[in-house]
Amino acid sequence: MNTIDYNTKVIEMKNITKKFGDFVANDNIDLVVHKGEIHALLGENGAGKTTLMNVLYGLYQPTSGEIFINGKKVEVTNPNVAIENGIGMVHQHFMLVDNFTVVENIILGMETTNKFGVLDIKKAREEVEELSNRYGLYVDPDAKIEDISVGMQQRVEILKALYRGADILILDEPTAVLTPQEIEEIIEIMKNLTKQGKTIIIITHKLKEIKQSADYCTIIRRGKKIDTVKVEDVTEEDLASMMVGREISFKVDKKEAEIGDVILEIHNITVKDNRDLEVVKNFSLKLHKGEILGIAGVDGNGQSELVEALTGLRKVEAGRVLLQGKDITNLSPKEIMESGMSHIPEDRQKRGLVLDFTVAENMILENYHKEPFSTKGRLNHKSISQFAQELIEKFDVRPRNENQIAAALSGGNQQKVILAREITNDPEVLLAVQPTRGLDVGAIEFVHKYLVEQRDKGKAVLLVSFELDEVMDLSDRIAVIYDGQIVDIIDGKDADEKTIGFLMAGGGVGDERK
Amino acid sequence: MKILSDLGVIIGITLMYSAPLIYTSLGGVLSENAGVVNIGLEGMMTIGAFAGATVAYFTQNPWLGFIAAGIAGGLLALLHAIACVSFTADHVVSGIAINFIGPGLSIFLTKIFFDGAAMTIPLDLDNKIPRPLNGIFASISTQNRLVDILDSIFNQYATVYIALFLVLVVWFLLYKTKLGLRIRSVGEHPKAAETLGVNVYRIKYLAVILSGVLAGFGGAAMSIAVISNYRAALISGQGFIALAAMIFGKWKPQGAMWGCLLFGAAQGLVVYLGSTGLEISSQLLAMLPYIITLIILMGFVGEARGPKANGIPYEKE
Repeated sequence: MNTIDYNTKVIEMKNITKKFGDFVANDNIDLVVHKGEIHALLGENGAGKTTLMNVLYGLYQPTSGEIFINGKKVEVTNPNVAIENGIGMVHQHFMLVDNFTVVENIILGMETTNKFGVLDIKKAREEVEELSNRYGLYVDPDAKIEDISVGMQQRVEILKALYRGADILILDEPTAVLTPQEIEEIIEIMKNLTKQGKTIIIITHKLKEIKQSADYCTIIRRGKKIDTVKVEDVTEEDLASMMVGREISFKVDKKEAEIGDVILEIHNITVKDNRDLEVVKNFSLKLHKGEILGIAGVDGNGQSELVEALTGLRKVEAGRVLLQGKDITNLSPKEIMESGMSHIPEDRQKRGLVLDFTVAENMILENYHKEPFSTKGRLNHKSISQFAQELIEKFDVRPRNENQIAAALSGGNQQKVILAREITNDPEVLLAVQPTRGLDVGAIEFVHKYLVEQRDKGKAVLLVSFELDEVMDLSDRIAVIYDGQIVDIIDGKDADEKTIGFLMAGGGVGDERK
Repeated sequence: MKILSDLGVIIGITLMYSAPLIYTSLGGVLSENAGVVNIGLEGMMTIGAFAGATVAYFTQNPWLGFIAAGIAGGLLALLHAIACVSFTADHVVSGIAINFIGPGLSIFLTKIFFDGAAMTIPLDLDNKIPRPLNGIFASISTQNRLVDILDSIFNQYATVYIALFLVLVVWFLLYKTKLGLRIRSVGEHPKAAETLGVNVYRIKYLAVILSGVLAGFGGAAMSIAVISNYRAALISGQGFIALAAMIFGKWKPQGAMWGCLLFGAAQGLVVYLGSTGLEISSQLLAMLPYIITLIILMGFVGEARGPKANGIPYEKE
């Protein structure tokens, strides 16, 4: 805190409004950032935080409003202007050339050369090393981007900005793709940078990290600025309710489960991964009507392959899967779906949606061939639109436009489209894999509510998640998976983090536990 | 010794036939590393062949012809760049159009300049691209077979040596210079380049035009070196073979060169086999280079990875 210089406003944005057609992404927003502070921009997916920063960085032109950098009014017409004024931006999706080395990526556009335009990689490497030592951003300058971890790639992005003399760094969702260890490191790096006089703006919806790192936080909701607060003075709950505009409960509200008959039986199945190794080994599990069964485990213990086998995307080598008593082993995905299983896939952009299709088209992806969406092989656009509009309303998909292409939606809204489609199928078994990955608290609450509702209707939910909190909050029973096998099944009420964490790490293997 | 001298002949023919492919293939390397698919190489090569032969005939200077060929190819490539870069047209469609325009325009202009003839008037031997090592070997000894072999390998048109030298130049440009770094970044991740202040459009224009210049040189290497005039079927598929060689070479100049040498060797083998009086129909023999192309593309290129943003029209926000 003591590094902040309150007399120097490095950034002042006044009355910024940005419209895309009729849609107002930023509505008269003010933002003041002082030298040396870490300033968080908090808002739900699609609230307009990134738009505001793209305006500051010159990627978008504001419809109206003024920007002052270090007290001087600047027309930021393109990123070069921002860079000249000492602003650097690390985008959420990294802007790195995969098959270039770290050094090549950093110097691109500002190359160190001799007078004939020949690259001087040696000198550039020295400059990069000097920077990375000064700020504690350790990287291998000669490694190719495709060979280094996401955390390292992020350091390269930050170095890129520093190499261009940035004093103000904008980090868009810096922790979204990092492991917990890497998150701690990046927070450390950010604090280190502010100690050396840099100013940092982070765009995020993760409350915990704001509390851990930021000095001030500006909350944006649906394009409007709600408030700027001193992070010390508020709780995570305060921030959350300012962000979504209502009280948020971090605990999932649910009544006692009414557990019914067995609906899905997995008998001793074996599944191989792409390298032809057995990763699901002799796996058995029974799922009942009216329960949420959570599968807890560290990523890479056979969860993905298990899910693919259950949904027909991967071959079951041995064993059987019964859904409502019917053998669905190795049926096609379509047959399995029609037998009553729906699937919220792990990767919503790759498997959940056709990104170039509209929201309406994505919503009928599984039923396009049925009445009323098509008759005699012809699509009936009127009823498709009508159906989509109803779901958009019911599931609160924003923007309210069924003809928007799916790629243009924020992550939370993409997930809502998938959820709407799958739940409308009224499945007996809903297989939800990492259903809230990358979503903000409002959207998480929304997804959780629907999963619980599904269970309360007497349907079964099989939840696969790498986030222990989520599994513990939602599940009636928790099955811990380790090395392709269930190590133990624990009643949700008796679960505590320590025991499950111990089991997830393989602690229960070899015990005579039953 | 017979085998050795036959081998010498085959290597000599290989080099001669490879040279036009190498120029064109290097053009492909430049354009596609900047993210613009260039199947229009064939058309650019054709117009180069025409312009080279015509200018060399009228000026009596093969080098002016060679330069004119590069300019003609570059101009046609400019069309491709305008379509693909400024108007974000589909690169393949634009390339196909170029492949119709190139030969069409060449024949049309041939008829205008040469009184309705379907081909340009052949150059005198003196007005073709020179062979810098011609006579050097003969002056050493006329009766030595080893010298004969060296002569059949190294007594090449200057265009062969220039082509091999340009491989080095393009390699150096792409991997050792600032411009090369920018060209490759634009082909891999134009958005990243743009955010760093690289003018994506300008780089793409430059790369595509240079690719046309090189393809034009390739055409001239055919019409004023390998043979001595331009005619309709002179460039029939070499542009595509050069493209295949580039893919075979994984979009790298040195790889493309090896690809071209391989196809040139197939060509050389055809010429050689034809001269031995072998009982194979010449039509079947003529298919050989193309069959080799197909087999190689099926067999070896599986893991090749081109520039990531190759062929994707880039639009600024």
